[in-house]
Amino acid sequence: MSETASGLLQVGLLIAALAACYLPLGAYMARVYTSEHDNGVERVLYRLMGVDSKADQRWPVYARSLLAFSAVSVLGLYAMLRFQPHLPLSLGFPGVAPDQAFNTAASFVTNTNWQSYSGESTMGHLVQMSGLAVQNFASAAVGMAVAIALVRGFMRSRTDRVGNFWVDLVRGILRILLPMAVVGTIVLLALGAVQNLSAGTDATTLAGVHQTITGGPVASQEAIKELGTNGGGFYNANSAHPFENPNPLSNILEIFMLLLIPVALTRTFGLMVKDKRQGYAILAAMGALWATILVGISTLEAGHAGTALKLAGASMEGKETRFGVAASSLFATSTTGTSTGAVNSFHDSFSALGGGLTIFHMGLGEVSPGGVGSGLYGMLILAVVTVFVAGLMVGRTPEYLRKKITPREIKLVSLYILTMPVVVLAGTGLAMSLSGPKESILNPGPHGLSEVLYAFMSSANNNGSAFAGISVNTGFYNTALALAMLAGRFVPIVLALALAGSLARQQAVPGNAGTLPTHRPLFVGMLVGVVIIVAGLTFFPALALGPLAEGL
Amino acid sequence: MSTTTSPLDPRTSPEGPPRMSTLTPTPTAPSRVQAGSLDPKMLLTSLPDAVRKLDPRVMVRSPVMFVVEVGAALSTALAVTDPSLFAWSVVVWLWITVIFANLAEAVAEGRGKAQAASLRRAKTETIARLLRDDGSEQDVPASEPRLGDHVVVEAGEVIPGDGDVIEGVASVDESAITGESAPVIRESGGDRSSVTGGTKVLSDRIVVVITAKPGESFIDRMIALVEGASRQKTPNEIALNILLASLTIVFLMATVTLQPFAIYSGAGQSLIVLVALLVCLIPTTIGALLSAIGIAGMDRLVQHNVLAMSGRAVEAAGDVNTLLLDKTGTITLGNRQAAEFIPVRGVAGEELADAAQLSSLADETPEGRSIVVLAKTAYGLRERQPGELKTASFVVFTAQTRMSGVDLEGGRQIRKGAATAVMKWVRDQGGHPSDEVGAIVDGISTGGGTPLVVAERTNGQPARCLGVINLKDVVKEGMRERFEEMRRMGIRTVMITGDNPLTAKAIADEAGVDDFLAEATPEEKMALIKAEQQGGRLVAMTGDGTNDAPALAQADVGVAMNTGTSAAKEAGNMVDLDSNPTKLIEIVKIGKQLLITRGSLTTFSIANDIAKYFAIIPAMFAGVYPGLDTLNIMRLATPESAILSAVIFNALIIIGLIPLALRGVQYTPSSAASMLRRNLAIYGVGGILSPFIGIKLIDLLVSQIPGIGR
Repeated sequence: MSETASGLLQVGLLIAALAACYLPLGAYMARVYTSEHDNGVERVLYRLMGVDSKADQRWPVYARSLLAFSAVSVLGLYAMLRFQPHLPLSLGFPGVAPDQAFNTAASFVTNTNWQSYSGESTMGHLVQMSGLAVQNFASAAVGMAVAIALVRGFMRSRTDRVGNFWVDLVRGILRILLPMAVVGTIVLLALGAVQNLSAGTDATTLAGVHQTITGGPVASQEAIKELGTNGGGFYNANSAHPFENPNPLSNILEIFMLLLIPVALTRTFGLMVKDKRQGYAILAAMGALWATILVGISTLEAGHAGTALKLAGASMEGKETRFGVAASSLFATSTTGTSTGAVNSFHDSFSALGGGLTIFHMGLGEVSPGGVGSGLYGMLILAVVTVFVAGLMVGRTPEYLRKKITPREIKLVSLYILTMPVVVLAGTGLAMSLSGPKESILNPGPHGLSEVLYAFMSSANNNGSAFAGISVNTGFYNTALALAMLAGRFVPIVLALALAGSLARQQAVPGNAGTLPTHRPLFVGMLVGVVIIVAGLTFFPALALGPLAEGL
Repeated sequence: MSTTTSPLDPRTSPEGPPRMSTLTPTPTAPSRVQAGSLDPKMLLTSLPDAVRKLDPRVMVRSPVMFVVEVGAALSTALAVTDPSLFAWSVVVWLWITVIFANLAEAVAEGRGKAQAASLRRAKTETIARLLRDDGSEQDVPASEPRLGDHVVVEAGEVIPGDGDVIEGVASVDESAITGESAPVIRESGGDRSSVTGGTKVLSDRIVVVITAKPGESFIDRMIALVEGASRQKTPNEIALNILLASLTIVFLMATVTLQPFAIYSGAGQSLIVLVALLVCLIPTTIGALLSAIGIAGMDRLVQHNVLAMSGRAVEAAGDVNTLLLDKTGTITLGNRQAAEFIPVRGVAGEELADAAQLSSLADETPEGRSIVVLAKTAYGLRERQPGELKTASFVVFTAQTRMSGVDLEGGRQIRKGAATAVMKWVRDQGGHPSDEVGAIVDGISTGGGTPLVVAERTNGQPARCLGVINLKDVVKEGMRERFEEMRRMGIRTVMITGDNPLTAKAIADEAGVDDFLAEATPEEKMALIKAEQQGGRLVAMTGDGTNDAPALAQADVGVAMNTGTSAAKEAGNMVDLDSNPTKLIEIVKIGKQLLITRGSLTTFSIANDIAKYFAIIPAMFAGVYPGLDTLNIMRLATPESAILSAVIFNALIIIGLIPLALRGVQYTPSSAASMLRRNLAIYGVGGILSPFIGIKLIDLLVSQIPGIGR
């Protein structure tokens, strides 16, 4: 089968699988977040935490709860990493250095999973399972909670309550992520991923080299890594490692898992605002962006310009022969579009323009379809901006989902869309102005700039994938990237929650013929245009000196 | 409207100028500056104002243009220390950009100033005749009378201040504020008692109680308004400013951080080039025109003879969901008119018409006149002149008899009037009205008309009914189309009337309004407004009576008629100088147009950036990375000419769009979706393409300059 045909087949299979799960999962999640009932386990948990599950919170309280929870998570994870030698199952690894521990703690709590370390040679099993994996669940549930709170802002009116953070968090973990992760783990195991608590197997290779092969609870970690759009691999090679991602089938399954919740959340949104067409419209915009980037990366990667690549028949540098160009492009598109950051190939080794597209894809703000929860609230925020400009063009005070977009909403939304570009550009600019951080760059010329840009883009967007080719385990990068991750995660979250509060307080306005319909292709097209143009205008100069300079 | 059939209603008043029947905007007085037109001379005359606005304290109000000014100042310093033809060219054009932006605002304000000047002429110093408690008069300067003072004004004198007539009737020339030369009647009591300072009494003598403090009169507010002095930013304008400011910050970041990248790439840029890039990227086009658009919007309202007390109200007008319209004078002509003669069996139509005409000859009410007119148009009956019927004695309508008529020579008596009254007369005169009459009467009532029964009695014979005249409310021409238009705009129209539900429904159906409120009292009207607002809708209404005031204040857009009472004018947030209730429709359009212009130019401004990148980025970096020259798709001559061309285009587009900003984007009522499609095609796609062409053309010229071109 030709590369193109197999690629198309995989995309077809992926879309069919997502379509099959879209309605039931979307409806299930809507029920989870709107249900009045707590199950037995939850009741016990709430009693232990001292939470009144029936009491909704005002947005500042919701935000404070979320920030407090995250702060405790960062501190807890930091302590665990620092005191690793004193914990069981440490495999004899030493404690993690302060800057790297801070970076890693920030990274996993912000759903970024940027790794400046190599998992198999740094983290013991206990830290992997009860530190990193727990945050894989918790940070994903936090993202979903924010998205649901924002949706509540649209669906409620004349109230100052946006939901209860603790309830949203617990339900997200217990009712959505945990059951799905169990199923995912079993399927991955069946496909050949490993799962044990082995301290490593010694082997002698054919060439006579002595090697220790680390085992571990890989499959269970792998499932939530994709489902929660976390992306932090058990192994440094991430999903390119055969223990994490053994074969093409597990590869397509992993892509499916990382797209599943972000895609289905648009259905949940449509159901909760009682207008399913709005959910389809948001999904259509996300899908259009994803498809555009996929076509771009696939074409560029399959293009294999240059003599060497022509002879080889494909640009296979940095790609696994198990997967090939098409499956690598599909994975790269999906992981940079979902803020996952898992990789099955080395983006650093992509063609200059193909690699540039992965940077640009993150620069869109992770909305195609974005991380669990963060993709939905990110896209809704961009929809508000689009509605504002479009609404003015039809001569009415703009409204979205029957809520008016007043100066207060625009203020919050403007700050939201401002945050990520400012963090990315300031971080990259700083790194390029200081001599120390510049020395970390392993490739000279424009490619080096791409590497630094990628690192900050990945961190500020909570993606976590790395371009590599840059030594990031330095004091500067560990600290700067950790700060970028924290700012890129929590500033937008607080703004999104403030927006939820502001919308919930408003009286819903009735629609009429003068109201701009936000479910039609025209609006979807404009939304896609706004996302691309805003990101394009922001990052064009930087991209011009990086990937474009290298590739043109 | 307080009372739909009030005899004081100016629209039914025979002396009153028939201003209400025009649906088209009243022609404005010649002294007015025409909306939308931009006299190129104005650009020149406004130049000094534009330069004066360079004051940073003024500039800071527009964050986008403030950044440009700072950038221009910075570049000037750099050009002084490191002069070159290119540097100075960029500096000059950066300053031109700022001045063009100020020019847009100055021109918009200048048009208002011209109007203010003509208003000030009306305020020329006059003498007020203060009426003391003891009845004596004292001459004082017009600015002297305080709140509650009484002044006397006689024919030929100018009314010294806003107030209410408390004694007398006078015809007043209000052309100074309305631009309408026909005089209007002002009289004590009722809804036509308010007078405006600066207007002139043409006849008679009135006593006016002053209701406005000096300096806060209607004309003062009007002057402040057209001059833009009291202009406050509207919510949407504030929101847009926030968005533009945040885009400016993003582009500032992109430009500032570009320098370390450039240095790393071995192509560090001069600050002037970076400033040029920044100015081209930030949304200067909309930033420059934003305030001009707002001023021009208010100006357009003034052109339509509407004074908005706040810009917020104008913007709210664009959002209106529900329009409350009074039936009388707005939807229907002021009076009912005879529409048809329905004879009973055995009576010819002509016979009925003839009798009806005879009975109406002395009837000077509009209803009576309309019967005579209908008799002529329907049956060709010539109108008899008074005196032609020598011994006729006319029976005048009274509230007790509820009928009128005529007693002719030879004992012929004709009566017409309310059905019950005339039937009783017939029975009293020995006649037996048939059931047929009752059926016709009921039919007319159900159809929303008013039946007038005609009966006669000749020479002592029993009286008999001849038939019935159908008096109908006549819906103004073109109303159905207007309401259709409103529906397309998404606005629901509700007719308010004192009529019974049956009549109201018939007229509502005929006019094509969406709903009606029959037998309306002021309380019910208020309740309706509140109910609509509870549902999140914005309500607009017109009114002129004192009892309209609470509803006018409650409505989101309350348009008071200038003929109305001071209380109504105080309560509303707009005053229509033409007192034309259908003006609401124009106001809604202007409100929408204002937003559309802002939105469209924002889209245009941002879309422009794409081409500017394609001009500037290759110019900056193709030297170190020759591959980037592929991005120079316009094939601009040199890096210098490319950057300069982009800057020049950026400045020229502002001046090019001033007329559009002042005139407003064309607005035709249609659904939101089709409007978006149209404006996106023009200003979005157009915004992407036009700078490619513009920059290329400018480059062709600029590259001829030695030192810039090759």
